[in-house]
Amino acid sequence: MTQTRAPMQDEERIARRAALELRPGMLVNLGIGLPTLVPQFLPADVDVLFHSENGFVGMGPALEDGTPDHDIIDAGGRACTIIKGGAFFDSLLSFAIVRGGHLDLAVLGAFEVSIKGDLANWKIPGRLTPGMGGGMELAQKANQVLVVTRHLDKKGRPKIVRECSLPLTARHCVDTVITERAVFRRRDGALALISVHPDHTIDSVLEGIEVPMRVIEPLQSWDQPPESPEGVGA
Amino acid sequence: MIDRTVPIDAAVSRFIRSGSVIMVGGFGRGGVPFTILEHLADHADAFADLTLIKNDASEPHLGIGPLLRAGMVKKLIATHIGLNPEFIGQMNRGEVECELVPQGIFAERIRAGGAGIPALLTDIGVDTEAAAGKPSVRLDGETYLVERALRGDVALVCADRVDRTGNAWWRGSNRNMCVVMATACARVIVEGKQIVEAGAIQPEDVQLPGVFVDAVVQAQPRRHMRTEAPA
Repeated sequence: MTQTRAPMQDEERIARRAALELRPGMLVNLGIGLPTLVPQFLPADVDVLFHSENGFVGMGPALEDGTPDHDIIDAGGRACTIIKGGAFFDSLLSFAIVRGGHLDLAVLGAFEVSIKGDLANWKIPGRLTPGMGGGMELAQKANQVLVVTRHLDKKGRPKIVRECSLPLTARHCVDTVITERAVFRRRDGALALISVHPDHTIDSVLEGIEVPMRVIEPLQSWDQPPESPEGVGA
Repeated sequence: MIDRTVPIDAAVSRFIRSGSVIMVGGFGRGGVPFTILEHLADHADAFADLTLIKNDASEPHLGIGPLLRAGMVKKLIATHIGLNPEFIGQMNRGEVECELVPQGIFAERIRAGGAGIPALLTDIGVDTEAAAGKPSVRLDGETYLVERALRGDVALVCADRVDRTGNAWWRGSNRNMCVVMATACARVIVEGKQIVEAGAIQPEDVQLPGVFVDAVVQAQPRRHMRTEAPA
């Protein structure tokens, strides 16, 4: 949310496409990293409320000028703002919002996503152990989970796998994955390819993914927003 | 009217011992009792084998970072340690024990401790590493983990405003774990950025009633005015 550096080309493409998933009236939580790039690509007329799990709803952008207020920080620890109509609370109430089913959408990063929608994003044993923070609750309890991630990991392997090899954040939780190459949605319990970026083909999207994947044709155009799910914003 | 204000060294020497289980408020930098923590780090030889319960491991140079660095801590219970690579190294080398807990369950375990509830049931973390070693129960056809309550010997929290009797108020996102931690510890020290007379905080605005509080100490301005970027 408070990200100010210019996003790299792939990240910007992912964030722009992800912004289409945010619909008016939604309450949305953004994970650390790439997810924080999404709001800058929201059309001005899309009224979305952001939840920051450290204790408020109504998170606004970082101040462009002036003195930052360090009593208002996002979950990544950066100073941000609160909009008119926002509200502060403590950690208990913050997670009652999440576990109680009030959070419409969580936008999260990923190390791996399995074809069944399992998510691993909190630990690479022996190497990187940031901890799960609020990620398990967000992944398990948000009404929808959107993963935004580079298509390939640093070794060039697709992030979408048959089974996650890393410790899980939650099972069967991911509804949508957006990469710089494609959009995947979980249909009948498995991720399916629904849209391909114009720079890519079905083959270049599926290359290296070691599990059969359903392709839902005709593919949707890259900038086609999702159908409004029932109940969102109600 | 009880005046709970005391000098920081008196509060620390009265309530904290080697081996103490200490809950420390704060998320990022908000609500962190920097002055008390720096006092503890300044007296590293006097306190060993501490168990700390805190949302995050701070950054290496800030908050609980210097206590971890100095080897004063035998165990940390936390939700996120990603901003402290030094501590991750200590943990990976087996020099210190670390229990990672999903953040909302961390808060609920503390709430249970404060509310006299020995354990709670949750489906968060079922079928993940977070379930390791925990009993589970079947209820109405679902599997739930048994998460034990957390209690501490002493809670250290920083409030933006506290009156002399201990009634406390937090600004912005600073409240986080502070209030619930203060309910779950035998002793509570509130570090106040601003200490005011009783009545200066409207009763409706009190977020932590002073009945939970044992000592009120003055935050040092330079400690909570730090604004440098994360390392």
